[in-house]
Amino acid sequence: MSFVRRNLVLLLGLLVLVYMYIPNVIVALMSFNDSSHARNLYRFQSFTWDNWLHPCRPDGMCAAVGKSVEIGLLATLVATVLGTLAAFALVRHRFHGRGSMNIVLFLPMASPEIVMGSSLLALFVATGFGGRLGFWTILIAHVMFCLSFVVITVRSRLAGLDANLEQAAMDLYATEFQTFWRVTFPLVFPGILGAALLAFSLSFDDFIITNLNAGQTVTFPMFVWGAAQRGVPMQVNVVGTVMFLIAIAVVVSGEVLSRRRAKGLVA
Amino acid sequence: MSSVADAPAGGRDLCLTGLRKEYPNGFVAVQSLDLEIPRGSFFALLGPSGCGKTTTLRMVAGLETVTAGSITIGDQDITHEKPYRRPVNTVFQNYALFPHLSISENVAFGMRRRGVKDVKGPVADILELTELTEQANKRPAQLSGGQQQRVALARALINRPEVLLLDEPLGALDLKLRRAMQLELKRIQTEVGLTFVHVTHDQEEAMTMADTIAVMNAGVIEQLGSPTELYENPATTFVANFLGQSNLIGGSVVGVEGGADGQVKVDMEGTVVSIPVERAHTANTVGTKGWVGVRPEKVLIAPAGEPIDAPGNHMTGAVIVDSSFIGVSTQYVVRMPWGREMLAFEQNTGARGVLAPGTKVDVSWRPEFAFLLDSSQDIDAGLGEA
Ligand SMILES: Nc1ncnc2c1ncn2[C@@H]1O[C@H](COP(=O)(O)OP(=O)(O)OP(=O)(O)O)[C@@H](O)[C@H]1O
Ligand SMILES: [Mg+2]
Repeated sequence: MSFVRRNLVLLLGLLVLVYMYIPNVIVALMSFNDSSHARNLYRFQSFTWDNWLHPCRPDGMCAAVGKSVEIGLLATLVATVLGTLAAFALVRHRFHGRGSMNIVLFLPMASPEIVMGSSLLALFVATGFGGRLGFWTILIAHVMFCLSFVVITVRSRLAGLDANLEQAAMDLYATEFQTFWRVTFPLVFPGILGAALLAFSLSFDDFIITNLNAGQTVTFPMFVWGAAQRGVPMQVNVVGTVMFLIAIAVVVSGEVLSRRRAKGLVA
Repeated sequence: MSSVADAPAGGRDLCLTGLRKEYPNGFVAVQSLDLEIPRGSFFALLGPSGCGKTTTLRMVAGLETVTAGSITIGDQDITHEKPYRRPVNTVFQNYALFPHLSISENVAFGMRRRGVKDVKGPVADILELTELTEQANKRPAQLSGGQQQRVALARALINRPEVLLLDEPLGALDLKLRRAMQLELKRIQTEVGLTFVHVTHDQEEAMTMADTIAVMNAGVIEQLGSPTELYENPATTFVANFLGQSNLIGGSVVGVEGGADGQVKVDMEGTVVSIPVERAHTANTVGTKGWVGVRPEKVLIAPAGEPIDAPGNHMTGAVIVDSSFIGVSTQYVVRMPWGREMLAFEQNTGARGVLAPGTKVDVSWRPEFAFLLDSSQDIDAGLGEA
């Protein structure tokens, strides 16, 4: 009993971890499921490499993944650049209406996706893009809802940055440009990276807004949704596992990089 | 960067002329400052919190715009120069070390920006000088307060600026470390021979370290001089109270004897005392009111009727109201016949025991130790601000 009491925090932590990672483990397991002769697709039948060797077998799945990655990368790039610039403006410059900026930023995050999606659709139709829904309208929508998250993530990082550091750099002969690249950017970078990862994952798995503004274009979440009616192909689990591994790789390498930077190995 | 390389060896004088800073909210933090800081000197800017010390330093460093006046180094006007083009480096009040860089990269930062190729040697040397060699590969967050302070110093010193600005660099350290670092800083300054402008609100720190002290109050320089000049001959009640302690007693001039090295006779509550002319900071005409000042350790007391070893200003009829034994000295509070109290510090030479409260005493001091201040100044200026 006393063992439990002493390690309560640890046990709780482990439980939370298990709770959080069980879905990923299941997905990884299912990616090795041989479902070719099965009637119940949601039960593990027998082990196979087949899904991993032929991930693109289900019709249209790889095209959908490609579309999602393409949109995700582009939306992340645009939202991260714009959002970072906006965050700098918000923290560094005093201007009229700076106070009400908070509400403006939070509203898109707080409003239900279905509302945002349908109003966007209404906007596209009203401005004559109703017949041309597809890649570009999805991209515009994704940039829009990612932007708030980027601004808020980068802004909090930037607000925590000691303004004296930049002045110290200038005092030590760094020009404005060098000060930005040598001091400001490295210190804000973890925030920007976090914001970009968040933006990508938001974009990659968005269904509601995308579905409303997609026209004939099919993204990965839309493919899974459609396939689910007939039974999800096991290759979806392969994609899920790969995405999860990539996310882990990015986080780990970010951590390693910042430690090496800390030791002064990377100037 | 050319301005750094072109600087003649040994540096040049720093000159502030009519320097003024008005913040955008209309607050005037510095009013028309005139200062000449000779090259190679250890100059202290001393004043209470909020008097404009940091603002002045930041203007010299180029981190704050100048409202009026000019800043020159030698004959080079740097008033509107960018901070990275000034031959000046700063040790910030909170150090401002780069958290993402190692100690050696922090120290090398300035040299790298100036395009120096080989920084290894100089960095090793300066780390040696500041006893940080062991810490070279650590990050600022892994160091103690005293070590961080030395990194901040090393990071600025390595550039051999013509003027090094130090903004209360020892403020965050405990008393013992602070005393040690004061000696250390003084040693380094003597060794490298750069001009140090050291900002502090600690009068003891300023007096132990500086060649010249400028006492600043509410955006103006009250007085400028060597530590002994300021202490022995303060020109204002603020300096008299802020730098050490002073007895200030109201009086009026009754006569002047002799010329420039003569004496001003002042009637102080019925006793006439004399004060050397060069220590009288008032209009020396009969009837002028002023504050007669004398430092507590210059005031001698003896039980009534016993002789005192001080020719000159002699007063009888005082009573001890409090005596506190400090070890090296005894501090007496003495009520004078006219009702006001005076402080007297006496060295414990062993010649006499501690006098008990209630003892009737005579009070005296040598005339050359007294000073006379303008009566329009607040008698309590500078009290409780140190
Ligand atoms: N950006 C600003 N805008 C308006 N007033 C300011 C600003 N910065 C400082 N002040 C005011 O200017 C005065 C001088 O400030 P400064 O920082 O120079 O004081 P200081 O002498 O360095 O004090 P301390 O010993 O506490 O560091 C203070 O009264 C302060 O409130
Ligand atoms: Mg200050």
